[in-house]
Amino acid sequence: MLDAPLAPELQAEAGRPSRETSSRLKIIDGDVHPAPRSIADIKAFLPQRWREHLEIYGSRRKLGMTYEPYPKSAPRACRRDAWPDTGGNPGSDLDLIRSQYLDAYGIEYGILGPLGLSGHSELNQEFSAALTSAINDWQKEYFAKPEPRLKAAIVVPTESTQAAVAEIERCANDPVYAQAFMLTRTSEPLGNQRYWPIYAAAERHGLPIGLHVFGSGGHAYSGTGWPSYYVEEGAGHATSCQATVSSLVIEGVFERFSRLKVVLIEGGFGWLPALAWRLDKLFERMRSEVPHLKKRPSEYIREHIWVTTQPMEEPQDRKHLFDIMEWIGWDRLLFASDYPHWDFDDPFRAFPAGLSQERYRQILAGNGLAVYRLA
Amino acid sequence: MSANGPYQGAIDCDIHPRVPTPQTLARYMDDHWRDTVEVRGIEAWDSISYPPNAPLTSRPDWRKADADAEPAKLTEATLDRFGFAHALCNSLFAVQFFRDENLAAAFARALNDWLAAEWLDKDPRLRGSVVLPIQSVERSVDEIERRAADRRFVQVLLLAMGEQPLGKSMYWPIYAAAERHGFTVGIHAGSSYHHALTSSGWPSYYLEDYAAQALGFQAQLASLICEGVFVKYPKLKVVLIESGVTWLPPSLWRLSKFWRGVRLEVPWLDRSPEQFARDHIRLTIQPFDAPPSPAQIGRIMDQLQSDEMLLFATDFPHWQFADDAMLPAGLSPALTRKILIDNPLAAYPRLGRP
Amino acid sequence: MPRHVVAKAAEIPPGSRKLVQVAGRDIVIFNISGELFALSDKCPHKGGSLSRGKLSGAVTASQPGQYHYSRPGEIIRCPWHAWEFDVRTGRSWCDPQRMRLMNYAVSVEPGAKLVEGPFTAETFAVSVEDAYVVIETK
Repeated sequence: MLDAPLAPELQAEAGRPSRETSSRLKIIDGDVHPAPRSIADIKAFLPQRWREHLEIYGSRRKLGMTYEPYPKSAPRACRRDAWPDTGGNPGSDLDLIRSQYLDAYGIEYGILGPLGLSGHSELNQEFSAALTSAINDWQKEYFAKPEPRLKAAIVVPTESTQAAVAEIERCANDPVYAQAFMLTRTSEPLGNQRYWPIYAAAERHGLPIGLHVFGSGGHAYSGTGWPSYYVEEGAGHATSCQATVSSLVIEGVFERFSRLKVVLIEGGFGWLPALAWRLDKLFERMRSEVPHLKKRPSEYIREHIWVTTQPMEEPQDRKHLFDIMEWIGWDRLLFASDYPHWDFDDPFRAFPAGLSQERYRQILAGNGLAVYRLA
Repeated sequence: MSANGPYQGAIDCDIHPRVPTPQTLARYMDDHWRDTVEVRGIEAWDSISYPPNAPLTSRPDWRKADADAEPAKLTEATLDRFGFAHALCNSLFAVQFFRDENLAAAFARALNDWLAAEWLDKDPRLRGSVVLPIQSVERSVDEIERRAADRRFVQVLLLAMGEQPLGKSMYWPIYAAAERHGFTVGIHAGSSYHHALTSSGWPSYYLEDYAAQALGFQAQLASLICEGVFVKYPKLKVVLIESGVTWLPPSLWRLSKFWRGVRLEVPWLDRSPEQFARDHIRLTIQPFDAPPSPAQIGRIMDQLQSDEMLLFATDFPHWQFADDAMLPAGLSPALTRKILIDNPLAAYPRLGRP
Repeated sequence: MPRHVVAKAAEIPPGSRKLVQVAGRDIVIFNISGELFALSDKCPHKGGSLSRGKLSGAVTASQPGQYHYSRPGEIIRCPWHAWEFDVRTGRSWCDPQRMRLMNYAVSVEPGAKLVEGPFTAETFAVSVEDAYVVIETK
């Protein structure tokens, strides 16, 4: 729905939250993006050798450029009202994060997901490892320690499995970290066995794997080459999510790691049911190719995959959205805002009218409590 | 099942004659290229898209009967048996894999001539697609012009994944030529594998490869709409063939949502991507990637917001359905008739004028 | 038709905007080259505050690859999802029939006239020397 108001029963309880009256609905937000005030914040956490490397050679990603190839819809892809008056980037000022977001919406926990200069997709594997460590320390010191509602993510240097495992081991015993964090555009599809030690480490520590869209694994952003427009890239994130889920399931990751939980972040969720049906049908035809799978793909998906709701699909008929939610399973949807980015979903306005209280509560918080490591 | 059954008069929009060998095609080449095939030893030129012995590639009963080997066997297995009015032959020889555009053009010409001589000439119900040597837009246009007079060819054929997204303006002369001659543009599952199959790299299994074809279609759909192909060529219809169907509605919601925020990037779109899709995009119905229950299928038909987008197809001899269950369960008689007959006739203007 | 005095005219010079509260509503006033427009501040899509949005021009095209830029500063882009609204009409660019911002009659009146009433100056005193922006609520 384009202009759906909240359902009356929700409006009555949720109202429009404000700084003064925090909502009685608990909210766990699966996608919050912290940013440094400036690069100096992050450099402070790098060892001298890598600080100098960054100063001299810069960040060189498997993309050939220092930014991203599609100019965004707004500067830094951020809400225009999220720039701190004190200067610095959206997502860098804890006071503004509190007043504009945590307090304003009554967020119980916001799960951080660092993007940009954070070690993802770096060509130099050692630098990638050093940078992810710095990012993880920075998240803790700047956000998770001073503000316990913000939970950090263990960013891992995905393409260097050994370093990724080492980073998980370094951070995992610290309760400020709620998830391990990787991106969906990788060098190999994430079901590939080279990544399995990462899943073993995450499973061992009870950490869900958060897979956020973006990244660059050295491949075109579609199987048919590079699209021209940001609108295509944006819509196309759903395809990297589909490729990633297919790979995790079909390669047998969930057969091997039966307690592993995977959360797909910022790819929406509409694509998931059709993917499960397609994989089931192909599994029926070609079981002989994948004898390591003991269950239908849809069963692995149902047991191991969660999806965050942002950016919420907005069909003209809201019943179509509820169809999809029903088919995915109400216990597998996690609210996410993407604060402070431009396609932010407001927890009280993103969902169309007509959700029952019970389901709304489940998506806003109940499911997140079951997935993230929030102890 | 016999004629007068539920599929009587249907138009099958996707069947596959067995992929010919380079030696077979050499018979349709001029002296230079025939010699080239022999001198350079082009013995095999096979894509990995359909491994010949993979279960999906041929339904067991059709495989046993060798039903895709020649027109008489094909018609016995499908057209005669079900009473189809027409079947549209899509050739899957790997023309798109040549890096040399001259070689590609020679093979495309031979392939299209082979189809005409060995299939279309043998049964008046058969129709064909003109396979294009997409490595060169100029040569693709030449091939369209060369085949335009033969009205048994109703479509030009491209693959779901190639060098660049198909909406890009470099490909527009192809659409201009297609529109000029009333050809429909068909995009069939398959890749030239010039890029990794997904934005996250190469999957290990054939199962994933086939699943990922739907991702290629999602990219092409976005490209064709966003680049303004349908603004430039308002009469053009594009058929996504063997694409799967159920991924479509959520893909369009997402595209339409992003468009609302970044419309200034593509200001030539005077209506939402969803509307462009309903006006210009068609999909063949096998595979459908159906949900488990007929009630869900009903919901998906509602999500499509159009009863004109789906075209009947068996995808013969690929193994998409069991027995005679060629349509998803629970479709109304009126919608069934549209899918079987009316929608294909509307999508393929050249079908009505043999 | 209640009329509300919401600002001194000098507070909203050409090219500027001001967010005001009138009878419990958030209303944003834009001054485009001397013309005033008053619109509901809350984006009807998801509630972003349009007063924090970016003004830009109207981009149209009759053919792919063409960009016709007109009416600079007359299109407001929501600070959240960047949906475009026509400041003159309040209508959404992509869904002009189904979605629009409430717009309000707005005018500049001399203080001398206002002191006579029947206007509501909720937040400040009106002096006869100045000119004021007045909004009419329905």
